[in-house]
Amino acid sequence: MLRFFVNKLLLVLPTLIGITIVAFAFVRVLPGDPILLLAGERGVSPERYHKLLVQFGYDLPIWQQYFNYVIGLLHGDFGISISTKRPVIDEFLARFPATLELSVFAMTFATVIGIPAGIISAVKRSSVFDQLTMGVALTGYSMPIFWWGLLLIILFSGMLHWTPVSGRIDLLYFFPPVTGFMTVDALLSGQKGAFQSAVSHLILPSIVLGTIPLAVIARQTRSAMLEVLGEDYVRTARAKGLTPVRVIGLHAFRNALIPVVTTIGLQVGLLMAGAILTETIFSWPGIGKWMIDSISRRDYPVVQGGLVLIAGIVMLVNLIVDLLYGLINPRISHQ
Amino acid sequence: MALLEIENLTVAFATSVGPFKAVDNVSLTCDRGEILSIVGESGSGKSVAMLALMGLLPWTATVTADTLRFDGKDMLTMSAQQKRTIIGKDIAMIFQEPMSSLNPCFTVGFQIGESLRIHMGMNRAQRRERSIELLNLVGIPAPEKRLSLFPHQLSGGMSQRVMIAMALACDPKLLIADEPTTALDVTIQAQILDLLVDLQKRHGMGLILITHDMGVVAETAERVQVQYAGQKVEEQHVRELFRDPHHPYTQALLSALPERATRRGRLPSIPGVVPGQYDRPSGCLFAPRCRYATERCDRETERQGAEFGFALCNYPLKDGDPTGYPEKAEAGQ
Ligand SMILES: Nc1ncnc2c1ncn2[C@@H]1O[C@H](COP(=O)(O)OP(=O)(O)OP(=O)(O)O)[C@@H](O)[C@H]1O
Ligand SMILES: [Mg+2]
Repeated sequence: MLRFFVNKLLLVLPTLIGITIVAFAFVRVLPGDPILLLAGERGVSPERYHKLLVQFGYDLPIWQQYFNYVIGLLHGDFGISISTKRPVIDEFLARFPATLELSVFAMTFATVIGIPAGIISAVKRSSVFDQLTMGVALTGYSMPIFWWGLLLIILFSGMLHWTPVSGRIDLLYFFPPVTGFMTVDALLSGQKGAFQSAVSHLILPSIVLGTIPLAVIARQTRSAMLEVLGEDYVRTARAKGLTPVRVIGLHAFRNALIPVVTTIGLQVGLLMAGAILTETIFSWPGIGKWMIDSISRRDYPVVQGGLVLIAGIVMLVNLIVDLLYGLINPRISHQ
Repeated sequence: MALLEIENLTVAFATSVGPFKAVDNVSLTCDRGEILSIVGESGSGKSVAMLALMGLLPWTATVTADTLRFDGKDMLTMSAQQKRTIIGKDIAMIFQEPMSSLNPCFTVGFQIGESLRIHMGMNRAQRRERSIELLNLVGIPAPEKRLSLFPHQLSGGMSQRVMIAMALACDPKLLIADEPTTALDVTIQAQILDLLVDLQKRHGMGLILITHDMGVVAETAERVQVQYAGQKVEEQHVRELFRDPHHPYTQALLSALPERATRRGRLPSIPGVVPGQYDRPSGCLFAPRCRYATERCDRETERQGAEFGFALCNYPLKDGDPTGYPEKAEAGQ
């Protein structure tokens, strides 16, 4: 198990280095001089230009620049935002809980519906339920997120007035952030109706962000279950006189869980891409919207630092999934 | 009254080209303390017949029978829930592939203990004690240490011993062993067979031993039922069966045994293959491969009485010669 863990860790390292190279190169391959770029439209005098060049270390050889950049990253220096003049890492940490909260809700929605749907589809293979579920899953998977989000807003917010259109909570409520999770903070504040408001703001974005993971999880669960249900040990379980619920839910599903967990992990990684669109549609103040705003403001240090941070998180998630995979697979955890 | 009585069991699978009879009017009985052996080539419906009894066939299978009685209880009219109180408790089954028959995600202790909890309502400590006792019974050394092992940590022979321990957990009245040694090493095969027979004697269970190995039959069985293409073709006591087989198929099976081969050189084999779904003859199913087949055999076949081992044959063999066989000219070719 330890060797498995170390192996996985070693595999992550080259990817991390690759990402820092990409992020490092990002600012340097942009058309134009980085100093002029940073200076903006006002321009700089030649003396100031030279001072800045030295200050930012752009006069050094390229490999030394990269080396300094990586050292900076290791010290938590992800650059300074041009527009707010605050460290990128601070801005990131302030927005990350919003994205995390949305992701948790979206993935909960996707797994809580996707796994049972996949199991029932597999057990009742070729039934009307199965065909309907797989049809819906395929549709969900092919759905453009932007269009899907707007559609839901028009229906549930615009026409039915069931859910709010955007934001994390009604303007009515105000309380200082404690955890950064609006639902938790709302509960902590003790204000009446705050929690309900926070949850109602989460519903549509979670559905939109969770749609593709839901489709993928349902399909993967179904195919994993189909494979497992034909196995000899499932027959053994039935030969013991166990109830169908126990045979399917315990003996079969425990084995199907191994590929399903991997799929869920991969979807968590991909969630970041979906978050950028979803947060933009719903004006959700998370890192997805932050990145989009920074790109339109040409705040390159933010884009650069955000890139590394997001990539780091995705890789951390993948690492956790790999470990989880090792833990739930006895062939790995009990060597 | 026998422990298990099956009369005219038929199992048909729904396939894309219509129903396929994997088991065709098979009758069998097995009593307490008796070993019944079912032999036949691959595809002769041995497993399917027993899986039908256990209710383990997929939904594509249609099971019909005149009688399906276990321990005086009618299994045909029983609800699925009632069946589950018998299956795994009074009737247990072990399978051909021990390695894949154990669940890779659960420990040996969990898998043995599960039946004990469901059927006997034992608590944790009782289950542990009984599991250790069972592993001892099937000859696994240091059983306390094995309980926490996962199946991938066991060898094939060890897995089959665990399967046997699992099957014996609730002291079944009938044990069905479906080719329990086919997947194992030759040296392990004998050990497992000895173990099964020994346990059967000690516990007074009925044992149905499915095999396609006549050698296994000779060593273990008391009564033998020969199956061919889903039909029972002969039933005799093992000694008589070996001395005087009544069905040409049994005769052919026996003469294919290495130690019985009389001629030197190549072992005799039965020409042709078991008919499948598409080439099922209308009369005797063995006729296309039978050296005694006549034109009558292509039309119909007759079930003989006890003196001919209930052979499903128009001209049952007696001391190697077909009885009532028409003159050469009449037989054609
Ligand atoms: N689920 C199924 N669907 C369709 N046909 C099946 C199914 N299971 C078994 N059969 C068919 O039933 C026939 C009998 O199979 P069975 O497994 O009982 O043979 P067997 O005598 O046990 O052979 P073996 O010695 O190989 O175990 C075979 O022709 C097989 O193809
Ligand atoms: Mg078989």
